[in-house]
Amino acid sequence: MPLGLLKYGLRKKYQGRRYFPAAAPVRPSYDVVIIGGGGHGLACAYYLARDWGIRNIAVLEKGWLASGNTARNTAIIRSNYLTPEGALFYEESLELYRSLANELGINLMYSERGHLTLAHTDAAIRTSRWRAEVNKHLGIDSELVGLDEIHRLCPQLDLSDKTSYPILGALYHPPGAIARHDAVAWGYARGAMERGVEIHQQTEVTGITIEDGQVTGVDTNRGRISAGKVVQAVAGMSSVLARMAGLKLPIRSIPLQACVSEPLKPFLDPIIVSGSLHVYVSQSARGELVMGGSTDPYPLYSTRSTLDFTEGLMGPMLELFPFLRHAKVLRQWGGIADMTPDFSPIMGLTPVKNYYIDAGWGTWGFKATPVSGKRMAETIANDRAPELLRPFELARFDRLQQVGERGAASVGH
Amino acid sequence: MKVIHCPLNGPRNAQEFVCGGEVKFPPAESAAAGDVAGHEADMRRWVDYIFMEENRAGVVQEWWCHVASGYWFIAERDTTSDTFLRTYSSQELLNRPVSSGSGHE
Repeated sequence: MPLGLLKYGLRKKYQGRRYFPAAAPVRPSYDVVIIGGGGHGLACAYYLARDWGIRNIAVLEKGWLASGNTARNTAIIRSNYLTPEGALFYEESLELYRSLANELGINLMYSERGHLTLAHTDAAIRTSRWRAEVNKHLGIDSELVGLDEIHRLCPQLDLSDKTSYPILGALYHPPGAIARHDAVAWGYARGAMERGVEIHQQTEVTGITIEDGQVTGVDTNRGRISAGKVVQAVAGMSSVLARMAGLKLPIRSIPLQACVSEPLKPFLDPIIVSGSLHVYVSQSARGELVMGGSTDPYPLYSTRSTLDFTEGLMGPMLELFPFLRHAKVLRQWGGIADMTPDFSPIMGLTPVKNYYIDAGWGTWGFKATPVSGKRMAETIANDRAPELLRPFELARFDRLQQVGERGAASVGH
Repeated sequence: MKVIHCPLNGPRNAQEFVCGGEVKFPPAESAAAGDVAGHEADMRRWVDYIFMEENRAGVVQEWWCHVASGYWFIAERDTTSDTFLRTYSSQELLNRPVSSGSGHE
């Protein structure tokens, strides 16, 4: 008999834990200012406080908490990337994710489903085999599987040769998971707040002050703030912020749209991705099919979504699951993806002293929330990027050392 | 933005077009043979040209291609309101003789 629960329910005063900070004035100065209150910025604040004892931090978010891409992604978590640098990086994130709900004390609805990247061409089979070998070499659970195994994992997929692009095989990644993206942000926000970090919503940075090649503060719609260190973690707005710091980035801001179906009885266990068909889909705990595809055809600073997108997505969806033809699309939306030439992120130091950058997350940012937060905190605390982050520094483009992840990062490019 | 006015073909369905990226001009190489510092400066300008983007939230100047006819042209577009302000022939930009210097602005 849950007597404890009964007693709790009969109490006059509810002992809640506050998730979001009450609105408070900004102070004139902080040790660290984090521009961007999304998953990455909040995770960075949390790890700065937890691991490095730095608590005099302000996270500045121009809208409501995590209202940017953190609120808009399709919440897929995996580490089956192509390059050793990428695979190792995302694998650390996956390891952090596994214990994150316990650590943050919040239900992340983290669900390990298994991730299938379908191959419809010989070239795709070859790339899948390449990825599987790199992954296995690094201890990541990833394997090329045939039609029998695909049918066992997902009996609803149309594996006949009557489709336009018959499935030949798939890259199977059992640790692939989905989670509740908002809860990840809320958990990090609360963890940071409880350690003394200040989070200010509706606070927009309008300028960055640099003296003698060093950042000294930011201008906001609520006044000027001095800062010892500043980090930008603003995804789609990265170039806009970087320009304030006198920096140019190799980023294009391109909308990425997504949509959900009406809730359906649970039938889809794994996460399905098809590079050739430009579609990926998973079924949430609410029964909705969460669907996405390739980025929009041109750069745009807008989160509007279009009929073109849903029209274009339904063909591939029905090719995979013909029985869905009577299901309805419930809702569609978009995010602004900060796309890089090599489909890898930009993290670490910049030519401006004490100004750090976490950008270039394109269509691959949500899965990296924990590792980017943890390792950017390390970078900021030490003014030096750790080995894991070195391949992703902004200066890599000066040396023509891109970390090419086009095939493994996204569909439809 | 469903219909784009192609300077050659008139108003066409937006799906007939491909965005070709920001209008940029390749850097003029000025380093003489053996001039290491000069070559490094050239390299920085090439890296800037190939990788770096203005990526403005506002009016941008871009190459666009009407794929159906293979016609490339220039478009001025507002990336915050998703509207085309003007589309015009590249002749307006490329009417200067090719010589030293980047040839634009």
